[in-house]
Amino acid sequence: MYRSTVLVCGGTGCTSSHSEEIIEALNTQLADKGLDKEVNVVKTGCFGLCALGPIMIVYPEGSFYSMVKVDDIPEIVEEHLLKGRIVTRLLYQETVDKEDNTIKSLNETAFYKKQRRTALRNCGVINPAVIDEYIAMNGYEALGKCVTEMTPEDVVNEIKESGLRGRGGGGFPTGLKWAFAQAQPKGVKYVCCNADEGDPGAFMDRSILEGDPHALLEAMAIAGYAIGSEQGYIYVRAEYPIAVERLQIALKQAREYGLLGKNIFGSDFSFDIELRLGAGAFVCGEETALMTSIEGKRGEPRPRPPFPAVKGLFGKPTILNNVETYANIPQIILNGASWFNSVGTEKSKGTKVFALGGKIKHTGLVEVPMGTTLREIVDDIGGGVPDGRKFKAAQTGGPSGGCIPAEHFDIPIDYDNLISIGSMMGSGGLIVMDDTNCMVDIAKFFLEFTVDESCGKCTPCRLGTKRLLEKLNKITSGNATMADLDELEELCYYIKENSLCGLGQTAPNPVLSTLHYFRDEYIAHVVDKKCPAGVCKSLLQYNVDADKCRGCTACARVCPTGAISGKVKEAHVIDHSKCIKCGACMEKCKFDAISKS
Amino acid sequence: MKSLEELKAIREKAQAQINLREEKSDAVRVLVGMATCGIAAGARPVLNAIVDEVAKRGLKNVIVTQTGCIGICQYEPVVEVEIPGQEKITYVKMTAEKAVRVVNDHVVNKQPVTEFTIGAVNK
Repeated sequence: MYRSTVLVCGGTGCTSSHSEEIIEALNTQLADKGLDKEVNVVKTGCFGLCALGPIMIVYPEGSFYSMVKVDDIPEIVEEHLLKGRIVTRLLYQETVDKEDNTIKSLNETAFYKKQRRTALRNCGVINPAVIDEYIAMNGYEALGKCVTEMTPEDVVNEIKESGLRGRGGGGFPTGLKWAFAQAQPKGVKYVCCNADEGDPGAFMDRSILEGDPHALLEAMAIAGYAIGSEQGYIYVRAEYPIAVERLQIALKQAREYGLLGKNIFGSDFSFDIELRLGAGAFVCGEETALMTSIEGKRGEPRPRPPFPAVKGLFGKPTILNNVETYANIPQIILNGASWFNSVGTEKSKGTKVFALGGKIKHTGLVEVPMGTTLREIVDDIGGGVPDGRKFKAAQTGGPSGGCIPAEHFDIPIDYDNLISIGSMMGSGGLIVMDDTNCMVDIAKFFLEFTVDESCGKCTPCRLGTKRLLEKLNKITSGNATMADLDELEELCYYIKENSLCGLGQTAPNPVLSTLHYFRDEYIAHVVDKKCPAGVCKSLLQYNVDADKCRGCTACARVCPTGAISGKVKEAHVIDHSKCIKCGACMEKCKFDAISKS
Repeated sequence: MKSLEELKAIREKAQAQINLREEKSDAVRVLVGMATCGIAAGARPVLNAIVDEVAKRGLKNVIVTQTGCIGICQYEPVVEVEIPGQEKITYVKMTAEKAVRVVNDHVVNKQPVTEFTIGAVNK
């Protein structure tokens, strides 16, 4: 029996900041001190507060150590684990009460207080590589309940009643999807999981796969029971090595325990799951392309109908849900539909995981009830925009979504509200931008992504996005006219209406939403030939303020193209024909004499 | 997996470890002095005996933790028991055997073991 447990985050974020080495150092140090039988070191999934990684929690005290380094380990072992003295300097400062120096519970900190963890409930709590720990958190009980006490119809009805909608982007009611597949004649059917998270800045599915893989397996088995399927496939991208490894471990353990395989819980129900690794094409996250890819063919979408529930993988009825959607299923079965739909807004029930990124203090993963306002997520939970900068907009929904400007800061976030303001939920990536971000440049970034990732099957997407990008480049280089703006907008609508799959249909969204909310910025680029945020290089000009320049020559020496000239102790000048606008001179100048405009 | 009972058996076994990872505000706290003086006087076996006894009895709402030196080094190993709403009791010159009795009598049955307390030993 261990007296103390040390949880160390083994998610991708913390692993890249050396949490593996920290675990190794902990184990060595504990063994040296003969504490290895008393203290249990557990590698868990993501805690969510990735900005402060590597993260470590020591129980029973609940001490939350952040930004731990390998060199700190001897101190933690000697002081805390041996002598019971908490190493205050390494504690996450939010957990320390500044007035009386006592330690607050993690759940009282701003980052965790407003969160409600359903899909992420086990992430950062259990060791994802040990099935017993999942079972200890009531794991596989929902599957047992379904198989032994409920009919497939009961299961589908429960999911329908819960109001759960797909967490991958579209927001289609999950129960309805299952009901369609269930209604198909008996025979071979498939249950698929979309773990091909491709939006730039989204990492919620990855964290669930890494931190709680058994929740996915259990939910897929429940889905199999509900629609009468015996085979599941998880399509996960090969770029998620930790997730793939933990899924493989989880599959092996579930089979050993007979939680996957023949006659689960002594019933007639048999179910097994296979992994399929994707090579990382964005289009393979689209449902028809994903299934084509599982079949071993080139990942390209096809027109719908027929919908997958009728004719999906290998031409058989198939349901395809995203990882986060599945992660909610066991909880709905265990606690009931009314427990789940008591949270959220009228048409969006439950919670949603958001991946916070960009100009925000607490980069990381948060799960909040639907209907939480953007302000609460960004300011309260996310800690606001750093460096005293001003919030400008938040981008949601990745390359298919749009920007939410500051004027909608108080909008309760759910599926329908986001669509009404020209964005979308998407998978839940939330990128925060401040006044140093150029909105035209942001649109350009997403279009570059879409052009790269367009599969090429349909012309509107293949050629249209390319033309869009060219127009954007023309704008940011200062060569556009107002007529270009109109053409840009027209082309956007054309692509939206004529593309084959969801990716093409939504590809112009970043342009349309920035054009809608930040048209003045576009006009500044086109008419005034200026980039208000000072991002677009072609529209910038670096100048030396002759009054402030002391002639120290620092700028001239650092300039890579020799564009700066001037005598020692005399004001320097920049030759704009040679200047490549790298900004090195401005960084080097100690007298603030160089400015960009 | 043939039945829900089988699953339940695994769950109950595994919960003992997971139980440690919850924040409990109303728990009974058992503190063992583990500064240099405590360790030298044999606090480690005392701590382990308490942990084992708590595990054996499956006590869920008990936190066993170490603390530093409270300044009475000649009385080490020192064990303190805090039951919410009650006065803290300090036991001194503990051994593994005495510690087990403290868990049984005080933590479980709420009867402080007067003879081991600092007041009794000091007389």
